[in-house]
Amino acid sequence: MKEALGTTGLLLNEPLLWEKGKKGRCGFSLPRRDVEPAFLDQELIGEGPDFPDLSEVDVVRHYTRLAQWNFGVDTGMYPLGSCTMKYSPKTNEKQASLPGFTGAHPLLPSGLSQGSLKMMFEFEQYLNEITGMHATTLQPAAGAHGELTGMLIINAFHKKQGYQRSKIIIPDTAHGTNPASVSLCGFRPVSVTSNEQGILSVESIAEIMDPDTAGIMVTNPNTLGLFEENIQKIAEIVHGKGGLVYCDGANMNAVMGMVKMGDIGIDVMQLNLHKTFSTPHGGGGPGSGPVSVAKHLEPFLPVPRVIEENGAYILAEDYPDSIGKISAFHGALGVVIKAYSYIRRMGPENLKKASQLAVLNANYIKEMLKGTLHLPYDRPCMHECVFSDKHQAAQKIATLDMAKRLMDYGFHPPTVYFPLVVPGAIMVEPTETESKEDIDQFVETFKAIANEACE
Amino acid sequence: MIYLPHTDEDISSMLQVLGIDNLDDLFSTLPEDCRFNGDLNLPEALSEWELNDHMSTLSRNMAVSPEYKVFLGAGSYDHFIPASVSYLLSRSEFVTSYTPYQPEMSQGTLQAIYEYQTLAARLLGMEVATASHYDGATALAEALLMAVRITKRNKVVVSSLIHPLYRRVVQTYFEPTGYEVEELPYLNTGVTDATGLDEMNDLAAVAIQSPNFFGCIENLRVLGQKTHNKEALFVTSFTEALAYGLLKNPGSQGADIVGGEGQSLGIPRSFGGPALGILASGKKHMRSLPGRLVGKTKDLDGKTGFVLTLATREQHIRREKATSNICTNNSLCALAAAMYLASVGGTGIRKLARLNYDKAEYLKKKLKKAGVTITFDTPTFNEFVVEFPSGFETTYKHLLEKKIIAGLCLAPYYPELANHYLLCVTETKSKNDMDALVREVKS
Repeated sequence: MKEALGTTGLLLNEPLLWEKGKKGRCGFSLPRRDVEPAFLDQELIGEGPDFPDLSEVDVVRHYTRLAQWNFGVDTGMYPLGSCTMKYSPKTNEKQASLPGFTGAHPLLPSGLSQGSLKMMFEFEQYLNEITGMHATTLQPAAGAHGELTGMLIINAFHKKQGYQRSKIIIPDTAHGTNPASVSLCGFRPVSVTSNEQGILSVESIAEIMDPDTAGIMVTNPNTLGLFEENIQKIAEIVHGKGGLVYCDGANMNAVMGMVKMGDIGIDVMQLNLHKTFSTPHGGGGPGSGPVSVAKHLEPFLPVPRVIEENGAYILAEDYPDSIGKISAFHGALGVVIKAYSYIRRMGPENLKKASQLAVLNANYIKEMLKGTLHLPYDRPCMHECVFSDKHQAAQKIATLDMAKRLMDYGFHPPTVYFPLVVPGAIMVEPTETESKEDIDQFVETFKAIANEACE
Repeated sequence: MIYLPHTDEDISSMLQVLGIDNLDDLFSTLPEDCRFNGDLNLPEALSEWELNDHMSTLSRNMAVSPEYKVFLGAGSYDHFIPASVSYLLSRSEFVTSYTPYQPEMSQGTLQAIYEYQTLAARLLGMEVATASHYDGATALAEALLMAVRITKRNKVVVSSLIHPLYRRVVQTYFEPTGYEVEELPYLNTGVTDATGLDEMNDLAAVAIQSPNFFGCIENLRVLGQKTHNKEALFVTSFTEALAYGLLKNPGSQGADIVGGEGQSLGIPRSFGGPALGILASGKKHMRSLPGRLVGKTKDLDGKTGFVLTLATREQHIRREKATSNICTNNSLCALAAAMYLASVGGTGIRKLARLNYDKAEYLKKKLKKAGVTITFDTPTFNEFVVEFPSGFETTYKHLLEKKIIAGLCLAPYYPELANHYLLCVTETKSKNDMDALVREVKS
């Protein structure tokens, strides 16, 4: 095996901010005072926050040292299943930091914000094309926020039909946020188990879908990395009883240019720009979770909507059936710019190729590691594959032990103990931006760890 | 494509391992009728240099300072951001990492967020702040839902001087729940009229923003007492976090939960997002807080370390019984705020907030002298309402051509306030900028 990328870690002793500095220092260049102090009632004045006083150098060293103590995609392979930790191109950061974008006030008159409005309008069109849906909103600030928006739209749709339904079907392979998003909307999640092949069967849905069920929330491809092959028939059953089909599109990276969700019975879905469209995860955000809908749900999208009128872009509010506002302003535009730049750099062929290579990488890892690790569903996967620690159980070595050991070798561990349907799950999503050499080294490392377990 | 490292040789040797001939065969499990066989109708790929041209054209088609003098606030504020903050924030170890699920590999993010939580809590005078939320509006909505959970009562009351767009987000969040939202009117002094509270019972929370949407400083202490007399929780909100560098913080005035916007703290306006939702409470309500919390702990060797804590409230453990569906924070925005507050410091934030106050007062005084009506005489911070002569729309448009944006027209939000505008001044506006505005308004 090649020499490992990692060691047992870089440890720094960096004190907390308030253990540093000295009263009277400042790391901020105070602007010139060109006006006289004005009267202010003493009653209104507080004590002022108890913050440390630090110099610019103190601040720079503090955060540089903290950064060195962190692992990112730019540090090494980060195969977290379900998180799509692909490389974030640097030009995206550059575009998002252009002063015309960063300095823009959200309530500028539309005539003075044509650049951002055009970008938003075009980006919505791109997402419509990629998903096969009819219309898109960029307002949700994260994937889970998009799920909530989608559920609110489903809720508003049924209300408009005059009959409020109480349940939503959620498979056991769904993301953990799904049931929480559903209950935030007042629905009761009804769990359904996937079959022995790891996907939903038509029969299981036919059995529980009833007129009191508002719809189904399917993650497709699901969290086992498998495509829900029966999705069209399932959609027919749900639609037949007046329900709607929500697709958690967090795993869209597997099927860009291969499947259009709008063509296979999906009514509403969210996309996670920080997954499929390469915007960085930022240690937990900001993300962006646009929601795309089929034509019959367009009236319910959040407002304002960007529309084109006589060659100019304006923000339109007049949609009486809209669910309202889900963010104070227009969503995480700074993130949207990065995803827009990504789509423009990639073009249609490379987006499709990205999905193909993501699926190639995942299947290659599945094939290379399946003797070493237990593979509960031995069939072609999409963008991620799920193993378990069953083979290592005899040596009393568990998933967590192997995950922690991977760090010593310089890899971020995969997602562990999720999805819940696989005990001791190890969920690997390499993404398309890992090269064959890096993947081979990951495979070799995992094999070495399994060997260590036997010793 | 430079983001895709596979050579043709890599691809064929990997396909060989899988025993298939081409990339298309990877998708053999997709039912034929699920396949899209066409080509995506998207613009063809641009080179990096073509993208630069395209994006710089778009970005130039925006009205921003310093070319434009923008006197707009209303929940999004123009403040100087030190180069050191932007520079540190672009460290890719911070930017390209995930939520810190593996604490051994993310002590940097964890310590930084722990410090952010402490700084945010100290700014607001509260005991605990979460790792952050999407924006001020969603933080307020979450604060109110939290109050409903704690009190097990179904009705909340919000001041009509909470940012109108925040109130709309609260409506959206509350719509499917069946919980009620009522509004308190405002007095002609520009502050909340809480007399209606006397008639209301069984309230989960009363929510007040201070400084409010008109920039006026509310008497939080009195409003808090009234709320507590009703045994409801006192929720406060804010859009201009810098105000608490100078003014009394909500914690010292009796707030139980605080939910507001931290964009002022080193985060660019970016057309409204990404933003920074700040949510804080007393320790008593810590377990009812939605979203992530980072805690400090010791490892087996007694060394200090940081981890995500109290995760049993969260969706990935509790699923539908979770305190909310939030599974991220706006980590990098929280980090920006921490870096900004660390740079400004305790002494600096006082001076900076005072400078903001003094500049806004300068413009107020000058406009008054020029014959413009200052609508409310309550003290304000950074923002204030003026009444321009009727027909000012024409002047407003004329000023746009001169690259001056003379505040926000209030009529769409408060129809009774025709000809009223909300003006905002921060440290980025010079005396000259303000004098120019006054001159133009006068003429």
